[in-house]
Amino acid sequence: MEKPKKPTPAIKQNHGRHQDPAGRRSNFEEVALGFGLEEAVTEASRCLNCKDKPCELACPVNVKIPEFVDLVYKEDLGAAASKIFETSLFPAICGRVCPQETYCEAACVLKDKFGPVSIGRLERFTADYARKNGLVKPPACAPDTGKKVACVGSGPTSLAVAAELRKLGHAVTVFEALHEFGGVLSYGIPTFRLPREVVRFEVDMLRRMGVRLLKNVMVGKSITIEELKKDFDVVYIGSGAGLPSPMNAPGEDLVGVYSSNEFLTRVNLMEAYKFPVVDTPCYVGRRVVVVGGGNTAMDSARCAMRLKPEVVTLLYRRTRAEMPARGEEVENAMEEGIKFEFLTAPVELEGDEKGRLKRVKCVRMELGAPDATGRRRPVPQKGSEFYIESDSLVVAIGQSPNPVIQQTTAGLSTNKWGGIITEEATGKTSLDGIYAGGDVVRGGATVLLAMKDGKAAAKAIHEKLSGKVN
Amino acid sequence: MKHDIYSTEGLYRIEEKEDLSPTISRHVIFSPLIAAKARPGHFVILRSRPGGERIPVTLVDWNAEAGTVTVIIQAIGKSTTEMNAFKQGDYFSDVAGPLGTPVEIKKWGTVLGVGGGVGIAELYPIAKAYKEAGNRVICVLGARSKDLLILERQMEAISDKVIVTTDDGSAGRKGLVTDAMKDLYAAGEKIDAAFTIGPVIMMKFVAEATRPHATPTFASLNPVMLDGTGMCGGCRVEVGGKPKFACVDGPMFDAHLTNFDLLLKRTAAYREQEKDSLDRYARDHECRIGLH
Repeated sequence: MEKPKKPTPAIKQNHGRHQDPAGRRSNFEEVALGFGLEEAVTEASRCLNCKDKPCELACPVNVKIPEFVDLVYKEDLGAAASKIFETSLFPAICGRVCPQETYCEAACVLKDKFGPVSIGRLERFTADYARKNGLVKPPACAPDTGKKVACVGSGPTSLAVAAELRKLGHAVTVFEALHEFGGVLSYGIPTFRLPREVVRFEVDMLRRMGVRLLKNVMVGKSITIEELKKDFDVVYIGSGAGLPSPMNAPGEDLVGVYSSNEFLTRVNLMEAYKFPVVDTPCYVGRRVVVVGGGNTAMDSARCAMRLKPEVVTLLYRRTRAEMPARGEEVENAMEEGIKFEFLTAPVELEGDEKGRLKRVKCVRMELGAPDATGRRRPVPQKGSEFYIESDSLVVAIGQSPNPVIQQTTAGLSTNKWGGIITEEATGKTSLDGIYAGGDVVRGGATVLLAMKDGKAAAKAIHEKLSGKVN
Repeated sequence: MKHDIYSTEGLYRIEEKEDLSPTISRHVIFSPLIAAKARPGHFVILRSRPGGERIPVTLVDWNAEAGTVTVIIQAIGKSTTEMNAFKQGDYFSDVAGPLGTPVEIKKWGTVLGVGGGVGIAELYPIAKAYKEAGNRVICVLGARSKDLLILERQMEAISDKVIVTTDDGSAGRKGLVTDAMKDLYAAGEKIDAAFTIGPVIMMKFVAEATRPHATPTFASLNPVMLDGTGMCGGCRVEVGGKPKFACVDGPMFDAHLTNFDLLLKRTAAYREQEKDSLDRYARDHECRIGLH
């Protein structure tokens, strides 16, 4: 192929191809189709290879962006993948779920004039290409140190800790409560944003590196942190933000009302969309209401749409401008036909005599004075009540840290939201040899911040295990 | 033999399988970690195979030495029917646990256990632990009919007194567990605590039977459960006017504070889908038989 000279920043930014909205709203296949080789090389040619690497500095896990992009341009995809692996072992995941528009792509010097280099799409392309062509080799691990580390949970933060510490020669065991590894990557994020083969491949790479992965063990219940501490030198807690926040509206116990955790777990982990081929059902009925404005609400609404009801309505109490969800996900949801009711909040859920949800009483809001977060506080408009007929409703208004480990571990300091208190740079908790990171510390944050915490904790744990500090 | 509780070798193999009735089977499953950590009141979540449902079942017995745990499963829907078709040497794809909050074992004095149907199996480890803790243990075992009555002998071995009731009178006395309870109270039996496991409607009436006597009463709640780790809230129950998660806070709760009517409604959530799934399973299996 005739490829453009590098750099040619003025070439139009390529956002990648997508499944057509009309088709994709009824399947669970990946929405973003990504790049082919030619598109990737062309997009890579736009990179200026800036000396001060603003993109790399903005990346939570400091992927060597200009270098890997240059290797893509040179069509040396194996080397490009290896370059990413130097700092991040999970590029196929990050390339899909990282909000690049707030990190590397926001820092790209081309952003204002031409649009940034599509770094996320290039990362994803590189990782997928390397995987499909057998170019991914597990990184070499240092000789065994004889030190043992337990990682609690198998979500992004634990995976990052496990990878880093295994590379350094420590024996790592990962404990997962569910039957699939990956934490939120398996039960939370829908397959149309993150295909499960990608998660399984990256988890399997840890296995190939010699990480021991144990499913079906719920630390805090099946075995306590104290018991683990007898068998392991260090325990890292990455148990996530698994506790759903209720709306505390009357009627929340009606049949048909789900927390986003339950709804997404049924659809994603249990694959209820294949019922009765698989055995776990998920009832949505003809009319679904989703409450919330974050990524979880978008995921819930888009999953609900794919279960083929007549209508999916999303209620958000502020306006689109205040929505915490990624812009791209809001657009995807709108394209797929989800009906958005902004400045609207549910106040009461009404059921039939069998205790099933029938309709949702809503109220219109207006934006008042700014609250503690700086966002304008929504205030109900008097007399604006109205009803939405509804067979099911998903509450997606946030998660807080899963409390089980905190409740069963004496001396582990927590904050008033139940999050484990840690020293930010190291993940150290109030207990010696116990570290924590990701959503169990931050509450519902992002996959990338969870991985960043994991990398930082791994560094501190390694120093402790090699007797350098503490 | 000392087992490595972190080993995955042989996990979830069925070491022993016994049919207790046409629909109820006992499985002894290899899982050294669960066997080492199990306490009365703990449960596990079983999956028969990839794609299978997560089915919560209370542990009936465990043996740390052998690395095994025992569960008793009643075939009600597709998943449990499939599980009971397993043979010795087959494997469950997943057994998660132990889960839940174990029951506090202490000296009450006289403890009454009331088990209904397959709930008798789940009552067994609790009654046994109370007996071992020095309590006088009386058990009332209820079943629809004689062929659905399980563990009568085992319960007798660990109880001071066992009363059997069946709906049709085919075993023990004809009537409901609450009839037997009323007679116990009428005979001047002083009961210091009661534990009940069985159908929701039965537990509701057991709670009503002990309420006038102010007997502390605990019921093992069985809502629809998904992950069993406190993550989804699907198993929420109302106890004392507050939401509780049966999977992590329970499954045993104060029966006098439990909203059984809400639980009855919520357990019916998937009845249609459950029936559909079982019908399809039955149809497929008949077809296969028809091929021979």
